[in-house]
Amino acid sequence: MQVGLGHYLVVSVLLFCLGLYAVLSRRNAVAILMGIELMLNATNINLVAFNKYAAPAAVSGQVFALVVITLAACEAGVGLALVMAAYRNLETVHVDQINLLKW
Amino acid sequence: MRALAWLIPLCPLVAFGLIVAFGRRLPGQGATVAVAAMALAGVLALGVAAEVVRTPEPLELNLRWMVLGDVPLDLGLRVDPLSTVMLLVVTVVGTLIFVYSIGYMHGHPRFSRYFAYVSLFGFAMLLLVLANNLVFLYAGWELVGLCSYLLIGFYFERPAAARASLKAFVTTRVGDFFMFLGILLLFATLGTFRFEEIFAKIRDGALQGLTVGGVPLLTVAAVLLFGGAVGKSAQVPLHTWLPDAMEGPSPVSALIHAATMVAAGVYLVARTFTLFLSSPGREALEVVAWVGGITALMAATIGVTQDDMKRVLAYSTISQLGLMMLGLGVGGYAAGMFHLVTHAFFKALLFLAAGSVLHAMHTNDIKAMGGLARVMPSTYWTFVIGGLALAGVFPFSGFWSKDEILLEALHRGPAFFALGALTSFVTAFYVFRVIFYIFTGTPRWAQGVHPHESPRVMTGPLWVLAAFAATTGFLGAPPLGHPFQHFLAGEDAAASPFALGLAVASLGIAGAGILAAALVYRWQVIPSARLRRAAGPLYVLVSRKYFFDELYGWVFVRTTLWAARALRVFDVYVVDTAVNLAGLGVVGLARLYRVVDLHVVDGLVNLLGYVVGAAGALLRVVQTGRAQNYLLAIALGVIVLLAAGLVR
Repeated sequence: MQVGLGHYLVVSVLLFCLGLYAVLSRRNAVAILMGIELMLNATNINLVAFNKYAAPAAVSGQVFALVVITLAACEAGVGLALVMAAYRNLETVHVDQINLLKW
Repeated sequence: MRALAWLIPLCPLVAFGLIVAFGRRLPGQGATVAVAAMALAGVLALGVAAEVVRTPEPLELNLRWMVLGDVPLDLGLRVDPLSTVMLLVVTVVGTLIFVYSIGYMHGHPRFSRYFAYVSLFGFAMLLLVLANNLVFLYAGWELVGLCSYLLIGFYFERPAAARASLKAFVTTRVGDFFMFLGILLLFATLGTFRFEEIFAKIRDGALQGLTVGGVPLLTVAAVLLFGGAVGKSAQVPLHTWLPDAMEGPSPVSALIHAATMVAAGVYLVARTFTLFLSSPGREALEVVAWVGGITALMAATIGVTQDDMKRVLAYSTISQLGLMMLGLGVGGYAAGMFHLVTHAFFKALLFLAAGSVLHAMHTNDIKAMGGLARVMPSTYWTFVIGGLALAGVFPFSGFWSKDEILLEALHRGPAFFALGALTSFVTAFYVFRVIFYIFTGTPRWAQGVHPHESPRVMTGPLWVLAAFAATTGFLGAPPLGHPFQHFLAGEDAAASPFALGLAVASLGIAGAGILAAALVYRWQVIPSARLRRAAGPLYVLVSRKYFFDELYGWVFVRTTLWAARALRVFDVYVVDTAVNLAGLGVVGLARLYRVVDLHVVDGLVNLLGYVVGAAGALLRVVQTGRAQNYLLAIALGVIVLLAAGLVR
């Protein structure tokens, strides 16, 4: 079976939906961050796949994927720092318990 | 000097202002200032007089006050012989009486206020005599009325004094009303207030042939003006206020209610004499003569029956003013004014002497006196001099002036002469009745009264006035060529030739009056009680003052009170009911509106609040504050959009 663009896209959609589900359903802030990572990776698969099948001569899709990876690293760093800070102050990482600003 | 005449009224006005502002802190508690101002005015008046004697042409000083339409109204003064004579009388008598007042009012708690009032009076009187137009004459006229009111009521602790001041004010106001009508009538027809222009227009025949209700307009205007004079000079029928005015301090009675203010009526007639003369057939003068003559005789007879010293003098004043009016009315312009001058001096003297007696005896009742001649010699002799002048005995001043009036009256008609002659007789009788009662016979003093001569500050003015009373007559004496009459009326003074027979007759009349008084009250040949009985109802009529007060009480006071009561009923039942109904209506409306307010307006407001609250509660559910919920919404939205894109 020839692996085509469709297969990549299906994997990507599944991965994105898993990430989205994690973000929407998990209460643990770390798990939510992990969901976000999943969604970013799903987009990366998309970018690379489209680069390979739609415009093999260009490298912009690959470059874009690299940028997204960098961004994801940054996001993970900032996100985990926030989680750490929240944990130190509030002794929890459950987002529904972090409700100090809620009326 | 004549151009400085405007300073004369200003002097007492400044004194008035100073006393009102500083009062007791001034030297002599204000008395010194008042006397000095009046004396200064007197000196100025003398200077003016000295120049007017040389140049009798009138001088007018005008200060533009305002312009009514195209009629200018000036604060105008007129210096001519007539106003000069009045200036001298007012300032000389005024100064003497001010000096006397220092002694008379000594120790009174309202001492300063007294001198403020009399200074204001001095200003008003001088303004009155100097005014060259009817408006300022009227202003001075009302101001002297005000001062008279204030000074009659000076002892306002006494209800009688308060009532008397009110009576004087209201009664003279009746006359003033007519005078005001007269002024308006003259202004409406001639368009000017200035005497000179009025007289010039009348002489040109401006009002000839005009009538008001069938009466010539000139007569109507003159008689209306005379109405003011009737009120101010206490002529019948508006004379009732003057005897009551004796409730004021004696110097005030002397200055205002004998010498100057009450003579203002006579002055008014003299000032507007041209108007009176030009009324067709001299009807206006006829009215003046009759009113004056009747007043003279009526007041003199009342004077005989009074036991209150000052009231006798008050009736005497009314009578003498009537005599002046009679003199003017029969055409004796100079004679009437001459009597005004001599009367001012001897009547002021009599009042001040009476004040001196009152000061010693603390009573006005001549029956509780007697034998005072030995205790108070100065008062006695000055009183006698004043009495002789009043009775018209040669050579005292009253003789000369009264003789002039009788002479003019005789030329005009026997009725007028009879009135004048009878008045002279009664006058001599009542004044010597008073003198005999007060100064001769045995003392009938009340318990604990120790009379003594008055202080020198009081007897001094008495003697000065006595000198004037004795000698002013020579100013107009026929043997000296009537200098006063020529001064007043110019070279064409139509003074009737001196009649020796008449002079002797008038002296005989006065002598008879004095002799009769002596028979009854000095030697008591005829007891006064028998006279009273013989006169019977006539005595009652006269001693009750011809029932004028009772008549006015019935006609005016009662009707007024009745009308007031009727109006009160109207007020209480009609006006109040209407007001209360209106109030009730408003309260009912307010109640109704309260219901609307509570249920409609408040309901709407509450509804609005409730709706907003409910909407908030509903929307609040959406705002969970959880990022995940929002994210879910976004995801669902994207899915929906995608689905919509695919389906399309």
